[in-house]
Amino acid sequence: MFRIDFNKLRFLVCDDNPHMRRILRTLLHSFGAREVYEAEDGATALEMYSHYVPDIVIADWAMPIFDGLELAQMIRQPDSKGNPYAPIIMLTGHSEKRRITMARDAGVTEFLAKPISAKGLYLRIMSVVAHPRPFIKTKNYFGPDRRRNTTVAYIGPERRNGGEAEVLQQPSLLDKARVTG
Amino acid sequence: MAKNKAPAPPKVQAFADHQVITPPNTLKHAIRRVIDRELDDPVARAEQALANLSGEFKTWMRSECDRLAAAHAAILKKGFDTHTRGELFRAAHDIKGDASTFGFPAAGVAAESLCRILEHAPDLDAVPTDLIQHHIDAIQAIVREHNTIEKAGVANELSARLRAVADDYLTVVNRDRPDHLEMISAPSIVPKE
Repeated sequence: MFRIDFNKLRFLVCDDNPHMRRILRTLLHSFGAREVYEAEDGATALEMYSHYVPDIVIADWAMPIFDGLELAQMIRQPDSKGNPYAPIIMLTGHSEKRRITMARDAGVTEFLAKPISAKGLYLRIMSVVAHPRPFIKTKNYFGPDRRRNTTVAYIGPERRNGGEAEVLQQPSLLDKARVTG
Repeated sequence: MAKNKAPAPPKVQAFADHQVITPPNTLKHAIRRVIDRELDDPVARAEQALANLSGEFKTWMRSECDRLAAAHAAILKKGFDTHTRGELFRAAHDIKGDASTFGFPAAGVAAESLCRILEHAPDLDAVPTDLIQHHIDAIQAIVREHNTIEKAGVANELSARLRAVADDYLTVVNRDRPDHLEMISAPSIVPKE
């Protein structure tokens, strides 16, 4: 059985709502985290991301200045001087499938639909720490591997050519997002 | 924090039109094996901490309602523009996301309905003012009269009716916008309570 030593992880929480930040801080501290930095908008979060070099980013979607999706895109710059690989957990009130697809295509690692639960947050953090996925760089995408499983029944167009990529068997982001508890 | 040592460079496999990059797992130092008898349960501990916080939820919900009312008042005064629409949407969206956690699930349903209007109405200036006003009033009433109307089931019924009226409106005004119609009718990924 495995556990996470949260006191060895540094978190950046980005949410414009002070109540949600308080809840996230409470949950993370209860898990054992000591270093939790908070930003109330995307611009501040990006600055704090460069300054504090967090291990994990937890970001809301709807925020002023620039939103969580734009924040993810800015972090996922393969040639940036900062760390483009940090796991990003998007915690949001958006609950439509197309939003999950948009988040996935922006390089978000995990998606957690509100209402928040301690278990849901813990499982997402466990997932990004214990089961990191390789990154894929194409002409128009840079982020965690979006293929979480393989299926012989797939009949759509192949977006990658020139070899078999490693695929880690994991539930799809949509399936995981449906499990909120 | 093990931040002093520079991490090893990522392993890169190049293919015809893509690269598979495996960064070093810089977080593995935070994983530890525990024996099954270890009683510490971080999730239970966090749930208890959240329960300890719950005494503040009603006050928080009231302040969210005040924010929503202020955003709506700005629209009544200035009309819809990028800023006023954004403020109202974020206020409603936050209630949608937070209300269940704070113990006001029916307010969350009404707030979601308002978000859908703001997101999918093709012309916000053409939305009947009563439709938006009723959503604001309902959310405030559900929070203000929580002890009476939530118990009586009125809050759920009120939110469900508002959602039905809003959906009917959105279906009519988006009849020539199939992409929006599809989004309006798409199911939520969040299981119903």
